Amino acid sequence: MMQFTCPHCGPRAQSEFIYERTVDSVVPLDAPSQEAMAKLFTRSNPRGVDDEIWRHTYGCRAWMILTRHRVTNEISGCRAIGPEALP
Amino acid sequence: MSRYSAFSLLRGALTGHRHWQPAWRDPEPKSHYDIIIIGGGGHGLATAYYLAKVHGLKNIAVLEKGWIGGGNTGRNTTIVRSNYRLEPLHNLFEFGLKLWHGLSDELNYNVMFSPRGAMFLGHSDADMVKLAERGDAMRCDGIDADLLTRDQVAKLEPLLDMSRDARFPIQGGLIQRRGGTARHDAVAWGYARGADSLGVDIIQKCEVTGFVRDGDAVVGVETTRGRIGAGRVGICVAGHSGHVAGLAGLKLPVESQTLQAMVTEGVKPMINSVIMSQSLHCYISQSDKGGVVFGGDPDNWPSYAQRGHPMVMEGAVAQGLALVPALSRLRMVRTWSGVTDMSFDGAPIIGETPVRNLFLNGGWCYGGFKATPASGWTYAHTLATGKPHDLNAPFSLDRFERGATIDETGSGPMPNSR
Ligand SMILES: Cc1cc2nc3c(=O)[nH]c(=O)nc-3n(C[C@H](O)[C@H](O)[C@H](O)COP(=O)(O)OP(=O)(O)OC[C@H]3O[C@@H](n4cnc5c(N)ncnc54)[C@H](O)[C@@H]3O)c2cc1C
Ligand SMILES: [Zn+2]
Repeated sequence: MMQFTCPHCGPRAQSEFIYERTVDSVVPLDAPSQEAMAKLFTRSNPRGVDDEIWRHTYGCRAWMILTRHRVTNEISGCRAIGPEALP
Repeated sequence: MSRYSAFSLLRGALTGHRHWQPAWRDPEPKSHYDIIIIGGGGHGLATAYYLAKVHGLKNIAVLEKGWIGGGNTGRNTTIVRSNYRLEPLHNLFEFGLKLWHGLSDELNYNVMFSPRGAMFLGHSDADMVKLAERGDAMRCDGIDADLLTRDQVAKLEPLLDMSRDARFPIQGGLIQRRGGTARHDAVAWGYARGADSLGVDIIQKCEVTGFVRDGDAVVGVETTRGRIGAGRVGICVAGHSGHVAGLAGLKLPVESQTLQAMVTEGVKPMINSVIMSQSLHCYISQSDKGGVVFGGDPDNWPSYAQRGHPMVMEGAVAQGLALVPALSRLRMVRTWSGVTDMSFDGAPIIGETPVRNLFLNGGWCYGGFKATPASGWTYAHTLATGKPHDLNAPFSLDRFERGATIDETGSGPMPNSR
């Protein structure tokens, strides 16, 4: 299991968190349909680092952005987000 | 290629078994092939086999970055069935199931296909309605499915916890008797031997690291063993689909996740069929060596790690123990995992890509082993002719933008539909 450092609660077991989607796949409310389609249905899915949205569901319930390496699981950052941080 | 037979075995016994030959060659890559298949798993090797066998093509290579069958083919729980609810899915998998039934003869290689019955459990009235509906849909297309009562389930699998206060009460089931399991490695090796004997070059330790382009077309691949030219290139790399397609600038409707499986020490026969529960997510069968093989949900976040998390394993084990309490007496001897390319409707993707001469076979999620023969057969058709096969046409890459997803579980655009 990984350990995430929630910006609000500190280090916590990964089992308290749920993965949502990658940052670049959040669909802006005013996205034209081509862009909305691409964001909904495709992922860059890199064999390397990506920015991911996770939720501390069984904790403070806040959303956050986790920067994680998909092969080594190395976590290089975890920052809080609010609606204003979304594209 | 010398044929395997009881006679050759007997002859070998008299001469100290010195007659065995390597089952396939280890050739140096040529400078150009008519068709290059990236990925030497069961699907890639089956594709090469049918390209040579059915379409008579000669100049074909399979490029594998590690060793053949070392990916998901060698890591899966080997459940073979065609009991899908939606027509395009059950038609494709049923075509495969028919090929499975003659595969050992076709390949002259024992793939140990064992049609012992694949059974879904129903845990509630709603489950039973869903199973009945699925069975009806299958039978309408001539695929076998039998709804089982509680007593019939108990008779088939005496070790299931059938008590009324069980953690997951069992009300009945749906069985496909022609489903079962097979020997995973043998499938890769059998197709490899068959393809090699028809002239296909199987090149291991050869990772594709880029594509050679000429305008909007792919005309070859860059590999760790040099540049190789190609008429057509077929991607067939399972969990690495996103990465390899990315080398050609494509972004796929796929997210890679880890799926784990585990096996207990070997014991006498205790599980007769393949027991599956889709309301939970748990599947249990017993290998011919006696180990009880089981698996559960994927680690539900993106990963290429080929290494699973105990937290998820614990969930699968808890479900398995609740269904078959006797399992608690067994030691788990091995766990492992593979990288699966989870598609956004849970169905595979087979066909052309926006890049000319580049084709894709992927998105098999955690259910592609059973499709190996069908995937190979239909992909070979597409690579040979440049056109979809009737059975893979619905699974084209552009179905997502056309709104024609094949969403068996109705889960919407998520890479974790079951
Ligand atoms: C734990 C687990 C359990 C499963 N259980 C079942 C089951 O019970 N029933 C079922 O039907 N399916 C099951 N599956 C799914 C099934 O294993 C896969 O869908 C199927 O094996 C995919 O076949 P393949 O030939 O495409 O993939 P693989 O066997 O993974 O082959 C792909 C190959 O491509 C190679 N490759 C990758 N990148 C490159 C590159 N750049 N250059 C060259 N080669 C490359 C890899 O090394 C690999 O050998 C399971 C999967 C897992 C992980
Ligand atoms: Zn928190």
